[in-house]
Amino acid sequence: MSVLLWALPGLPLITGAALLVAGRRADRRAPVIGVVVAALLVPIAVLAAITRPSVQAPMLAGLPVELAVDGLSALMAVTVTVVTLAVLVYSVAEFGRDEAASRFFGLMLIFAGAMLATVTATTLLGLLMAWEVMGAASYALIGFWWREAWRVRGATTAFITTRAGDLGLYLAAGAAFAASGSLDLDRLAALPGPWLDAVTAGVLLAAAGKSAQLPFSFWLSGAMAGPSPVSALLHSATMVAAGGYLLLRLSPLLHESGWGAETAVWLGAATAVALGAVACAQRDLKQLLAASTCAQVGFMVLAAGAGSMVGGAAHLAGHAAVKSLLFLTAGAWLTVLGSKDLDRLRGAGRRHRLIGAAFTMGALALAGVPPLTLWVTKDLVLSGAPTALWSAALVASALSAVYAGRALFTVLAPPTGRHRSRRPAPAAMAVALVGLSLPAAAFGAAALWWPGLAASPLEPVGAAVSAIVAVAGLAASAVWVRRGAPLPDAVATAGERWLGLEALARLVVVRPVWSLARALARFDDRVPAAGARGVARFGRAVAAAADERSERYLAAGVSSLARGGRVVSSFVEGIGERAIRALVGAVAAGGSRLGALARRPQTGQLHQYYAQAAVALAVLVLVFVLVVR
Amino acid sequence: MLTAVIFLPVAAALVLLGVPRIPDAVVRWVFVAVAAIDFALVVVLWSRFDGTGFDHETQLPWMPSIGVSYHVGVDGISLPLLAMTAGLFLAGAVYSLRHTDRPRGFVALLLFLETASLGVFASLDLILFFLFFDLSIVGMYFVIAVWGHRDNRRAALMFFLYTFIGSLVLLLGFIGLYLAADPSTFDIPTLVEQHPLDGSPVAGGLVLLAICLGLAIKTPLVPFHTWLPPAHTEAPAVGSAILAGVLLKMGTYGFVRIAMPALPEQWRRYALVFVIVGVISVLYGALVALAQTDFKRMIAYTSVNHMGYIALAIGTAGTIAGNTEQARQLAVTGAVTQMVSHGLITGALFLLSGVFYDRARSYDMGSYGGLAGPAPRFAGLVAVGAFASLGLPGFSGFIAEFQIFTGSLGARPVATALALLGILITAALFLLALQRMFLGQRRLPQSVPEFADARPNELVAVAPLLALALVIGVLPRFLLDVIESGASTVVELVAR
Repeated sequence: MSVLLWALPGLPLITGAALLVAGRRADRRAPVIGVVVAALLVPIAVLAAITRPSVQAPMLAGLPVELAVDGLSALMAVTVTVVTLAVLVYSVAEFGRDEAASRFFGLMLIFAGAMLATVTATTLLGLLMAWEVMGAASYALIGFWWREAWRVRGATTAFITTRAGDLGLYLAAGAAFAASGSLDLDRLAALPGPWLDAVTAGVLLAAAGKSAQLPFSFWLSGAMAGPSPVSALLHSATMVAAGGYLLLRLSPLLHESGWGAETAVWLGAATAVALGAVACAQRDLKQLLAASTCAQVGFMVLAAGAGSMVGGAAHLAGHAAVKSLLFLTAGAWLTVLGSKDLDRLRGAGRRHRLIGAAFTMGALALAGVPPLTLWVTKDLVLSGAPTALWSAALVASALSAVYAGRALFTVLAPPTGRHRSRRPAPAAMAVALVGLSLPAAAFGAAALWWPGLAASPLEPVGAAVSAIVAVAGLAASAVWVRRGAPLPDAVATAGERWLGLEALARLVVVRPVWSLARALARFDDRVPAAGARGVARFGRAVAAAADERSERYLAAGVSSLARGGRVVSSFVEGIGERAIRALVGAVAAGGSRLGALARRPQTGQLHQYYAQAAVALAVLVLVFVLVVR
Repeated sequence: MLTAVIFLPVAAALVLLGVPRIPDAVVRWVFVAVAAIDFALVVVLWSRFDGTGFDHETQLPWMPSIGVSYHVGVDGISLPLLAMTAGLFLAGAVYSLRHTDRPRGFVALLLFLETASLGVFASLDLILFFLFFDLSIVGMYFVIAVWGHRDNRRAALMFFLYTFIGSLVLLLGFIGLYLAADPSTFDIPTLVEQHPLDGSPVAGGLVLLAICLGLAIKTPLVPFHTWLPPAHTEAPAVGSAILAGVLLKMGTYGFVRIAMPALPEQWRRYALVFVIVGVISVLYGALVALAQTDFKRMIAYTSVNHMGYIALAIGTAGTIAGNTEQARQLAVTGAVTQMVSHGLITGALFLLSGVFYDRARSYDMGSYGGLAGPAPRFAGLVAVGAFASLGLPGFSGFIAEFQIFTGSLGARPVATALALLGILITAALFLLALQRMFLGQRRLPQSVPEFADARPNELVAVAPLLALALVIGVLPRFLLDVIESGASTVVELVAR
């Protein structure tokens, strides 16, 4: 079975790399290859989930790379492969004939492989490797349409921001190794003293960066510059959720540290509320969904901190299905209507019934309407939470109902007649939408019946309250859509700009670093000039002291250059003089060794060395003059 | 056989110079053939390497009265560097297939330089080491002065000035070691065995200072790096690749081969200096690189950054208190891996930067844009090189830097945490460079209508280097098995 586990990340990684190397030549075949590989991955993941294999390969001294499938990994692997398949099927119709399909499918497969390695890795080494490859794939996919500079800027921001978080994993790895000589994820919680805190801080940082939690959330806004399937797979369902996965996996570590769990809980809750509010203020459907992703992943982070493992994992998988479905419908509208602006999507759900139905299903699930998936999973997360936390989460739930409802009622509103296109959604898109709708709706209910999950049943009161909140939120959003936004302008603008987080990062981090870099570069440009001038002067002084005649000779030779009296020329001349002296030394050294090699008698008398050096210098100068002139 | 590997290139160079009227094309192909044979021979050496101590050793008396001998051999530290050197020269040879400016002299000079470079890494005698070390400086001086461009004379002189003065200081240190040994000798293994200056803090400190000053200039570590940017910028592409890939490693290799094992007590005493200088090099190099507008200069400064990691690692390896042998070994293995990795990746990036000059006579990042359109293969190669250089997992740079960080954090947590910021800054600078030059709207320098994609010889020269970086990044054991055998010896010797 070990072959199976290697194939899980290996097959998409290798195929993806091959597609990238093949380049434009493979454009026509790339969609088929991509879908076939994705289709193969699903049974592989299912088999791995059943057989629970583990494999190991040597990497660094005493630090192997290990993959294994346990309950959490099994759920993640199956989720990732199913969503990947749906998104790649959808993508078959996304790209025109002249677009670089090979690059797209290659990168998507590389991403899928890296994500599968991330969720099966059992050591920090393997996890970190896969984790960063995901980030690079994300960069390349956001910037897929690279001719447009704004998309590339979004990609650059995304990579640099997430890498800032990734430094946390490097830190965690170093600390874990320093404390125990091992990088096993299972053993992190048993680390001693300050190292435990360092690992916890590193892991929290990495998770917050990758999962676009506060204060890193802004990168996900820029990431929406990528094609819709990329947003559906990477920037909602899988990669962004990886931070949530990591914290769920390392929940024991968070609890052992004494402060990590509490931090995760409130980080998740704060993000769920703040970004939920941001989502409400968006005018662009993809931006709304992106902000909502941050908020929903906040629930997973919260779950990890609260120790609600099952709820967090279920929410992760359920959200993956729901959000990828929603992003794909947004993409479908973008394809057939040419817009993702909410105002211009008014009534889109009525024109394109299939897309509209899929969107309705997704939006209701996102709003937390019973008995759909996220209602179940969110309540699994919150069962047993203390009151303060539960209240905060309830606010976040209400917000999610508002933004989901706002998008839903907008697309279901009577059309304003501004759209002319009645192009139907391509078949591949339809297949993917229908395929994802089922898990998006029913995964939560199914999860309740899953063996082993019954141990954490829903709390009836909590579930009922959250259902009421969801319906109330929807009602409020219906009013909002009909009557217009009740928000003051300043609030709406702040929301639309994601609370100015990116501007803040630029002000606090980027600009000072740039200033420092420029100042150092200016400094560095000046130092060599000054240094070299000093050395030249020193050299001339030494030369004068050492040999007046040669000094005079050299000075005469170069004085024609220096006559201009310019500093520059005297500087160059100074260097030249030094260099010739240096050459003498080099040749002297070389010449004397060669002489020894030829078994000439070694007299050890200085004047002979100097004679040799003089001869060698003459030869060298001759060569130099002949070659250079 | 090792001797044959070292001297084959220079022999070929003499033949090339001696035989009159060889067509230029033949000269270029002879370069490729000789470099390929030499590389193949190194691979044979590798396959026969038994993994313990020095192998393929030769020792012949040379100047017995002063304890100098022709002593060469390889171990787990020098063998990967020999292979990297031979590989990089082969890539340079392929890249030079379109070199038209006085090719005979150029090829002969590079072959001479190959012998000098291989000689440095194979030398087990201080004078032999010094001889090859200086010959490499002379060779590189001419490469820059004669085949460079723009302000090349000045850059070449500056390069020569700095590194030659450095080598003289180095020689001073070597003489100090020689005088301290009993009986006096320049033989490296003997000096390592004696470590004669342990117990004499003043003399030992001075000798270490001299040796490390000389090597730090060559490496270069901040603040001795100022010769590097002009030398790189004005050198021809192959010259830059060799300079960055091979010549810089002579400095770092010298630390591991000579300074650490021959002066263990002093090394441990002053280890903190290396840690600090390393961290400063990492951050300073990265920040200055970030502000560059010239692509080649930017790559040059990232070399300062990358060499800083090595200094951090070998400084940590001298930190015994609060450190484990496993961590120290990881750090030294990482340092040596970084030498190989940097040679491959930065060598590839410098060869690629030559494409800019070839097509448009400019490295100015502001004058290019959207090159991925007209030159997709070139863009792809640069992108791969950039991600490899910023330490993306899956490439050799990650294997090196992860080992350095992980091995160093325990003993030097603050310094290592600061050095971690380096990989963030390099990520930013490479992505910004890609963004400016290759993506977005198409833009070319005025008077340059077209930008041709990577030509076959450029592709064949660069792609294998990056492919090798990928192989090391994914399946590093074949390399690490060899390096670890050498690194564990060094770690033991430093801890004596």
